[in-house]
Amino acid sequence: MNWLINNYESILPLLLNHLKLSIIPIVVGFVLAIPLGWLAWRFRLTRGILLTIAGLLYTIPSLALITSLPPLLGLPYISESPVIIALTIYAVAIMARSAADAFGSVDEGVRQSATAVGYSTWQRFWQVELPLAGPVLLAGLRVVAVSTIALVTVGAIVGVKSLGYYFTDGYQRHIVFEVLTGLVLTMVVALLIDGLLVLLGRVALPWTRHDKRLSSRLPVTAPMAGASAA
Amino acid sequence: MTLLPDTIAWLVEHFASGELWVRIGEHLFYTVISVLIAAVIAIPIGYYIGHTGRGRDVAVAVSGAARALPSFGLILLLISLVGVVQRPIAAFAAFVILAIPAILAGAYAGIQAIDRTTIDAARAVGMTEWQILWKVEAPLGLHLLLGGLRSGTLQVVATVTLAAFINLGALGYDILQGIPLRRDTQVLGAALVVIALALLLDAAFGVTTHIVDRAIPNGSLPGAPPLKLRIPPVRWGAVVDPPTSG
Repeated sequence: MNWLINNYESILPLLLNHLKLSIIPIVVGFVLAIPLGWLAWRFRLTRGILLTIAGLLYTIPSLALITSLPPLLGLPYISESPVIIALTIYAVAIMARSAADAFGSVDEGVRQSATAVGYSTWQRFWQVELPLAGPVLLAGLRVVAVSTIALVTVGAIVGVKSLGYYFTDGYQRHIVFEVLTGLVLTMVVALLIDGLLVLLGRVALPWTRHDKRLSSRLPVTAPMAGASAA
Repeated sequence: MTLLPDTIAWLVEHFASGELWVRIGEHLFYTVISVLIAAVIAIPIGYYIGHTGRGRDVAVAVSGAARALPSFGLILLLISLVGVVQRPIAAFAAFVILAIPAILAGAYAGIQAIDRTTIDAARAVGMTEWQILWKVEAPLGLHLLLGGLRSGTLQVVATVTLAAFINLGALGYDILQGIPLRRDTQVLGAALVVIALALLLDAAFGVTTHIVDRAIPNGSLPGAPPLKLRIPPVRWGAVVDPPTSG
């Protein structure tokens, strides 16, 4: 407890940096995964290729990915960009599969009705498919958000400042409470962001509000999710 | 740019000296033992939940919360708690805890996903609950159980890499030792070995799943004729299908 009293001022900057390191990959990953997921859903050839690559990328252990990027891209080891790039790769990999599932979840009859009443492919995508894919997209985004926030802490091994700093610092100084604080704070941030996404989903997808099955269900076994998130 | 040739040279040299084989051996040792212990704990619980339907919410909550748990933090917390001397035990405990949710979810979901009529049929022909579990539910749930074991294994492979931070050796050692010395070839070489190991284990699970799927085709037992009964789905009001869990 003494540690917390003496160090509470360090929480806010680390927390903000943690958020920055996680929000960029979550947002960029989501935006990149939508067209990739659509391609994977639409054509059999691209489905095989994209989902295989996504599966392989997510299999790569996080420390190996984070540390192999600096030599390959000519970046310094102790910098935020390899962590952000690595987490974006994971986010795209999980989210692309979710997006493919999401577009697959849109009822074919609805899709054909939209075409029948004169929607172009482009209009149909934005006004019919994307909104109806929303609940499954949201479920995927929640998985991405929570696992990204947890994974940011791995950056602490290579000296990138996040709440994971409390793990390495607390371990080296033998302060159990400091490690515990980092762990609890990270999980609280993950759960808060998850809750925020659920709220966002209620606002953006009002028709799912009364259907708990669609709006707040986390997939029990997403084959990709959680595979190598360490 | 001599990075790639130099990295290959580093790999060749350290494979030849046997050093990398030792690290791979350590890595696999931690992984296999942890996954086995986790399986012994998680599969019975998952089967119990899947068979009885009790505690479903717990299984869902555990697999959800596990995603939010930072594995690196868990290792360091357990070691800080038990002391540095007991390091390997604490690390094993962390690996096991991290592997359990995926295996539990796989065991539970494998049974949950079986067509209820199949299980009712087994009960109707007079199978005991144990027979239903071992002769119907376990074989039919094997596909998803293997998926859970695969996820759990890859989670542990990734986490064992982090264990180099607490001087536990394995393949993360060369990565973490190379960074302060700015030995690009060593960091990249060791990272590539970790990646290859993960991909190989992933492929091994893929092959095993394929073999199992051929032995237990389409949700019917070996030798049994496949169920032909199919009722066309009627969905008047269904605008959105429920989300797939995969």
